[in-house]
Amino acid sequence: MSSRALPTPPTATAHAQAPAPAPAPPTESPAQLAARHGLSVSGARPSLPEYIGQLWARRHFITAFATAKLTAQYSQAKLGQVWQVANPLLNAAVYYFIFGVLMGTSRGVPDYIPFLVTGVFVWTFTQSSIMAGTRAISGSLGLVRALHFPRAALPVSYALQQLQQLLFSMAALVVILLAFGVPVSASWLLIVPTLTLQFMFNAGVAMIMARVGAKTPDISQLMPFVLRTWMYVSGVMWSIDKVLSHQDLPHWVHLLLQCNPAAVYIDLMRFALIDSFHASQLPHHVWALALGWALLAGVGGFIYFWKAEETYGRG
Amino acid sequence: MADTTLTRPHEQAPTGPVPTEPVPTVIADRVDIVYRVNGTGAGRGTATAALNRILRRKKAEKAAGVRKVHAVRNVSFTAYRGEAIGLIGTNGSGKSTLLKAVAGLLPVENGRIYTDGQPSLLGVNAALMNDLTGERNVHLGGLAMGMSREQVKERYQEIVDFSGINEKGDFITLPMRTYSSGMAARLRFSIAAAKDHDVLLIDEALATGDRSFQKRSESRIRELRKHAGTVFLVSHNNKSIRDTCDRVLWLERGELRMDGATEEVLREYEKFTGGKK
Repeated sequence: MSSRALPTPPTATAHAQAPAPAPAPPTESPAQLAARHGLSVSGARPSLPEYIGQLWARRHFITAFATAKLTAQYSQAKLGQVWQVANPLLNAAVYYFIFGVLMGTSRGVPDYIPFLVTGVFVWTFTQSSIMAGTRAISGSLGLVRALHFPRAALPVSYALQQLQQLLFSMAALVVILLAFGVPVSASWLLIVPTLTLQFMFNAGVAMIMARVGAKTPDISQLMPFVLRTWMYVSGVMWSIDKVLSHQDLPHWVHLLLQCNPAAVYIDLMRFALIDSFHASQLPHHVWALALGWALLAGVGGFIYFWKAEETYGRG
Repeated sequence: MADTTLTRPHEQAPTGPVPTEPVPTVIADRVDIVYRVNGTGAGRGTATAALNRILRRKKAEKAAGVRKVHAVRNVSFTAYRGEAIGLIGTNGSGKSTLLKAVAGLLPVENGRIYTDGQPSLLGVNAALMNDLTGERNVHLGGLAMGMSREQVKERYQEIVDFSGINEKGDFITLPMRTYSSGMAARLRFSIAAAKDHDVLLIDEALATGDRSFQKRSESRIRELRKHAGTVFLVSHNNKSIRDTCDRVLWLERGELRMDGATEEVLREYEKFTGGKK
């Protein structure tokens, strides 16, 4: 049954008799044939456990991709990798000038510069993970279409790249802390659980945004505004605790400001690093909050992303 | 064009007691593919048209300027292990669309496509990571395809040699954005071909390579077939189809017009395209 001219209008040849019926199993539908040889429907989504397995198998890809992207980031700049540290520092300098000097937000906040710089760095980690996640699929369509791998590798890898970037910034932060006389203490060890939980949260949100951004590229135009608003309410350059104690705001505003995941991670990091930032300034059940947000975003984001796995790269 | 006798051994009906039944790798069962294109119709691309489209989503696809393009109509075929299948047809006849659907990158409107494993599609403009060096791309590409770090290390030199990127100097350590389109295409093919694929779909990806690279890739395609893979090749170069494929599907206006031995289909196709001039 190899050569058959199909009777379509233009070349309808005299071809009355179809070639001899299919040889082996006479009346087998394509679906049955496919089932007998274990073929699967093209573009079907793998089951969740399968997907997790595939993703685990690509762990070296995820780390190698993150490192490669990080080193390539400033490869076109003359100063090269110096920008890894210079970029966040300049950012912090701008905020210091505006909020610390001009607007006087620093009043009543001890160790304002370490307070501000920690806030800016930790916030930047979340912000850039989410921005990178939004473009994770839509910006790598060539890769997605050319090679087959679980797509969740991309947003996770971008979040990991930002974590590596943060570690660079942290090195600069330690220098700043020591320069401003903040003592080294055992509480610095809390950086590890804090960053782990924040990474889970960021990767989860990055996956959610990756799915949204893959379907609606317009969202990447909108995200900078959403993120800026989020930054201003997260106490990056002002102390939530201070403002809440001075102003008479409704209870739900308190609750909202304090449970905001970005604020939780920022304040935990400040608590870990700065000795004048006391536990009393943290919201109640702060570790439970941090863990809850990490699990909610991490697991929820992963499942949400997986639900559309077969659609990435389409269109 | 009568139905000639079968030319490929595995297509013969299994006669003896030991059935050497061909193993199917891709089965397309009455496949229809329809594209929906935004921003046609009156006032295309204007803000009001876009708003209109969002607001009236399902009610009036047509009025909102969404046009349907029926790119592939009722196509059925079965591809077997070890086959190299050429896809021919004039521009816009649905060849690339069909391959995308086989790769799972386009949803089908009606019908089903069954595949063995996950087909890999190599297109003309599939960029890898442009800001990274060729070297990194080889590493990451290998890892992304599921090779282990050791495997990538082992195959690395082979991939670079095959691509011929370093023939004119040390280009593999330069970012891929500095490559010419031919060089980039060669490196992409070399990376993808480093793995034994069950089904490899090549969409004119070889057209930009020079003659010596085309020769190398044709022999690689034959090798892939030997490893029980199936290769689909879209090309407007009838010679390279003749050299690599033993079966050809001819698509015209989205319909499968002919499916048969290479020589026979190409003869008809050449008659068709020649006659139209």
